[in-house]
Amino acid sequence: MLNEKTLKAIRNLEKDYPDKRSLVMGALWAAQRCGSGVLTKEDLESIAERLDISPVEVQAAATFYTMYNVLEPVGRYHIQVCHNIPCNLLDAEQIVAQVEKSLGIKNGETTADGKFSLTTVECLGSCGTAPMMQINDEYYENLTADKVDQILESLE
Amino acid sequence: MEPILLKNVGRPDSHRLEHYVQSGGYRGIQNALKLKRDTIIQMMKDSGLRGRGGAGFSTGLKWSFIPKDPNLDKYLACNADESEPGTFKDRVIIEHDPHLLIEGIMIASYAIGAATAYIYIRGEYEFGARRLEQAIEEACANGYLGRRIFGSDHNLDVIVHRGAGAYICGEETALLESLEGLRAQPRFRPPFPALAGLYGKPTVINNVETLACVPSILDRGPEWFAAIGPQKSPGPKLFGVSGHVKKPGVYELSMDVTLRELIFDHCGGMRDHRAFKAVIPGGASAPMMPAADLDTPLDFESIAAKGSMLGSAGVIVMDESTCMVKTAFVINRFFSHESCGKCTPCRDGTPWISQILKRIENGQGREGDVELLESLCTGIFGRCFCALGDAAVMALRGALTHFGEEFAYHIAHKKCAVTN
Ligand SMILES: Cc1cc2nc3c(=O)[nH]c(=O)nc-3n(C[C@H](O)[C@H](O)[C@H](O)COP(=O)(O)O)c2cc1C
Ligand code: FES
Repeated sequence: MLNEKTLKAIRNLEKDYPDKRSLVMGALWAAQRCGSGVLTKEDLESIAERLDISPVEVQAAATFYTMYNVLEPVGRYHIQVCHNIPCNLLDAEQIVAQVEKSLGIKNGETTADGKFSLTTVECLGSCGTAPMMQINDEYYENLTADKVDQILESLE
Repeated sequence: MEPILLKNVGRPDSHRLEHYVQSGGYRGIQNALKLKRDTIIQMMKDSGLRGRGGAGFSTGLKWSFIPKDPNLDKYLACNADESEPGTFKDRVIIEHDPHLLIEGIMIASYAIGAATAYIYIRGEYEFGARRLEQAIEEACANGYLGRRIFGSDHNLDVIVHRGAGAYICGEETALLESLEGLRAQPRFRPPFPALAGLYGKPTVINNVETLACVPSILDRGPEWFAAIGPQKSPGPKLFGVSGHVKKPGVYELSMDVTLRELIFDHCGGMRDHRAFKAVIPGGASAPMMPAADLDTPLDFESIAAKGSMLGSAGVIVMDESTCMVKTAFVINRFFSHESCGKCTPCRDGTPWISQILKRIENGQGREGDVELLESLCTGIFGRCFCALGDAAVMALRGALTHFGEEFAYHIAHKKCAVTN
């Protein structure tokens, strides 16, 4: 179910678009951010109901975009290491390996305590400060293996 | 060159309205509001400004395609999706000088008669999205946005719309689909967005940097703008340089700068005393260029004449330690991942290419693999719904053309000629 905070965020978006369907992305963001971080089947259904479209249309949109966590939970800290070419030239692979080693998980996995997930992602628009990663909303740039460990340790 | 787009970057509070106004900001829009819409569009044509999103299309011409009927709703969409690998210039404007972009949006909206503008920003730029929202709030609070802006009869709402991770949203018709709440798959053209765009209404889609050029044209005149740099590619240009250079970053220069000057003068040359090997001049979609092309100026025509494209001006520099098979694989993996699935050549062709490149890279290449890659390129190029598939092919062909022997070595010796 969508909580009150999510519903309020969705209501706030209504004035921005002439067609309710356009609220889909904003509503999905609101549900994900104001909720548990994962979009459940019920979330998608309630969004559909609010926007007067069918649940499958919401699902079709939600599953197209990589940043929505549809049905599958991610860790409290979602570590996304860029592996596109500019970062790769400056050894992004070493950064991925370091995260894997420090957390004892592989790319695509979540730690047993649900604290960290690791994913490799495409260019995040920070190539001048490569290699880099994003953890939740934060960018971490000019990374080295040591810096990665320091950052991971600093996360509560 | 005197900084125009980056003039406020690095100053304290450069993102605040007060700072922007002090630096001469919001003069362009006030000039614009005193002019007829057609006059502004003519000024844009005279300035010679060409789109900074990748295609280099004349901005004035694009605006002139919008129907003049005052009873028709029209929209402006600012493309802040910035997802072309190697591109990180729009982010600098968004985060450090959001009012420069907003003023550009105001002038463009007024010129085409739009009362609503959407900024489509990639979801990962959450910090930038908040910066824009704060700047819009500031502008509204000062009466610069909303109803009757600057006392004119023009109204304008600017709305920030967050993407959620999909490269294809940068393609302008996919962007419109995404704004409408659908899966971001490109639309068939015609009709072009200028006639039937967002919600079927006339729509202009412009890149962030393009719009950021607009206020200075209204403030200082089209002749001033047209006199900067080469005649056919005038105005200030942001180059995002990444890879094996000493000083990567965003540089504002005129487009007569050569690749050699950009890399060796502005960026301090190659790191770790290694030799230059190749450069991708316009984001991952642009074919790489070898050392022999280093004296090419970075304008649209000169780069195209060398078989590549200026694209987003994301300049990715590679030194002698770079394996081109691996480079080709990493770039193709991206296109394969980002293919939207709408058309078969791109959806099925790009992963196939990735698979072949991966096995060559892993020392399991087979005789005939290069020919297979070439035939896949032929099967994809020009046969896709949008330019994504073409981009994948162009990038791969660049590597095969200039460094074909590395692919052959990998296949014959089951190992890399460069890194061993
Ligand atoms: C696959 C693909 C991705 C694109 N990505 C972007 C992008 O991230 N940002 C952008 O401004 N233009 C992008 N473009 C170009 C846009 O379609 C469009 O030409 C541009 O936004 C027009 O603005 P301009 O005339 O100001 O350059 C992309 C095009 C394609 C085919
Ligand atoms: S390639 Fe990693 S941020 Fe651009």
